[in-house]
Amino acid sequence: MAPLVLTLLRFAFLALVWLLVLIVIFALRRDLGVGQRTRTVPAGAGRRERQQAQAVNAAPPADPEGEPRQNARRLVVLEGPTAGTELPLAEAPLLLGRAQEATLVLDDDYSSGRHARLFPQGSRWFLEDLGSTNGTFLDDAQLSRAQPVDLGQRIRIGKTVMELRP
Amino acid sequence: MTSMAPPAAPAGGSGRASKPVKVKPQRAKRNLELFLMIPALGVAALADFLVSASPVAPANDTSWITHILVMGLLGLGMNISLRIWAKYADPFILPIVIALNGIGLAMIHRLDLGAAKATTVATSQLLYTGLGMACAVIILWAIRDHRILRRFTYIWLALSVFLLILPLVPGIGREINGANIWIKLGPFSVQPGEFAKITLAFFFASYLGSKRDLILLAGKKIGRLQFPRLRDMGPMLVAWLVALAVLVFQKDLGSALMFFGLFMVMIYVATGRISWIAIGLVFVAAGGTFAMMFMGHVQRRVHVWLDALDPTVYQATGGSYQIVQGLFAMANGGLPGTGFGEGKPNSIPLGNSDMIYASLGEELGLIGLSAIVMLFLLLISRGIRAALGARDGFGKLLATGLSFILALQFFIVTAGVLRVMPLTGLTTPFLSAGGSSLLANWVLIAILLMISHNARRPSTGGGTLSTQEQGMIDRHLKVSTDSALDATPDSTQRLGGETS
Repeated sequence: MAPLVLTLLRFAFLALVWLLVLIVIFALRRDLGVGQRTRTVPAGAGRRERQQAQAVNAAPPADPEGEPRQNARRLVVLEGPTAGTELPLAEAPLLLGRAQEATLVLDDDYSSGRHARLFPQGSRWFLEDLGSTNGTFLDDAQLSRAQPVDLGQRIRIGKTVMELRP
Repeated sequence: MTSMAPPAAPAGGSGRASKPVKVKPQRAKRNLELFLMIPALGVAALADFLVSASPVAPANDTSWITHILVMGLLGLGMNISLRIWAKYADPFILPIVIALNGIGLAMIHRLDLGAAKATTVATSQLLYTGLGMACAVIILWAIRDHRILRRFTYIWLALSVFLLILPLVPGIGREINGANIWIKLGPFSVQPGEFAKITLAFFFASYLGSKRDLILLAGKKIGRLQFPRLRDMGPMLVAWLVALAVLVFQKDLGSALMFFGLFMVMIYVATGRISWIAIGLVFVAAGGTFAMMFMGHVQRRVHVWLDALDPTVYQATGGSYQIVQGLFAMANGGLPGTGFGEGKPNSIPLGNSDMIYASLGEELGLIGLSAIVMLFLLLISRGIRAALGARDGFGKLLATGLSFILALQFFIVTAGVLRVMPLTGLTTPFLSAGGSSLLANWVLIAILLMISHNARRPSTGGGTLSTQEQGMIDRHLKVSTDSALDATPDSTQRLGGETS
């Protein structure tokens, strides 16, 4: 093969390796944005940060059905040993607790193995204590029965504090 | 994340007429992975083609076609396996690893062609790549959920110690290039230490995952640092002794550094205490002083490192010939490199394994080398991302540990080649020739992929609740209405019995 072609291909190779690096970084950028939102923030700053994040992330399209209340889409751990964890919510009940088979494993000495259940009903999420030792609290009131959880309400289990976010 | 995702399947099958909770599930991104595989395989193909077209290759060398076809098919197989068993795994890990593996294969192929005596290291490297990917697929299929690995804490410790002792057993142990890190199994030489690094990561992750709070809460405070109790320092001491034993008996400085570094990183990540880093550094200093004073081969390595360009050291047997040849090669490569087949990487001893970084530096130049460093950086960052996303403490620790194994190993080798620190005999992950290393690193990647799958998977609940519980929830949902949602005492009681 002509030496010129080989030389060109040699530089093309170096360009291609860098191209791969750049393609990966380009494809990554959205994921890096997600990383920003999973950052641990104090409970008070949560709302402000969310608004900023929405403004930056070109705001999700408005609900076509014009629903007044926003639906919860993720469960965010604000305080406690697993702070910063974010769980996308699907249309299925979640088991919260220290047991390894729990949907969200709370590495919290003050939580029971199967501590509480978070489940969707209609358009709302409900929280139910599963007879835990130390109780489940919703905005500092202990749960005695299943109760609806609104966005931004603080769910406390042991030392872990969580909230639902859109 | 995106509007292209299909709507979530309704759970449980309970008859609910009201509006469902709308969610946008995480996209699986296996097609993105497939797309990224094109430039990754392109890099591998062009590199191998340039080797085959170079002056050192015989006319009409078509082995590059075989190499790339095999790599492509293996990559496709991995992609399909991931579609089945780890749908939500990180889409960037596999293409990056395939690109690195392909670049390594091309360089080994080139060194085969340039060798005075014809060698076929590239063929066996390709074979081990296939074996490694097959192992990765088997692990994905057999384990599925990394949390299973948490159960065998002390089995992992025993297995690690066993693997590390194996090369010292007379009869099967072999000494190659002054290090006792090999065992002979029939016609093969295996490096059990490569696998021990993974089982040690399993042990550290499950041990620290369960003992973390104990280590965190107990202890005295001296100044701003909180020091742990002496008995909680036990595992630290054990890790230190293991590292020192590897250094003394196997004469393997690189592995010793890697094992101890791994433990320090994991305990720091588990506790977030600077005091552990301080204690660890004291231990390293103590171990380093001991090694410098009493161990000949460590003294020699440090001497060779500091006075590498001294002619007497350069010419001495076991001197700095290898490292200086590597420096010459990289200097010859300069910024754009000489191009495949144009340099003289065959003059570097172990140019296709320990010193492959220098060989690549000669033929690809600084531009190529920095791209390779970037690929490693991206790979490690994806591992850390999986750790951030993991929902259980064990998964977080394990993903961090495994990513740091790659980072530490890459750093220790390249720093040795570049004379930042003494050169130690470790392989460069995915680039160096070596079956054990390749196999172990593919296993490591499989576990990282598994953790990232579990981290990114939307919580459907289906896999985590027993059918009895699911039935109970369905019944509960049917009984209760939006206004009155009292949990029936019956269900509360029955579930309460299971709590700790």
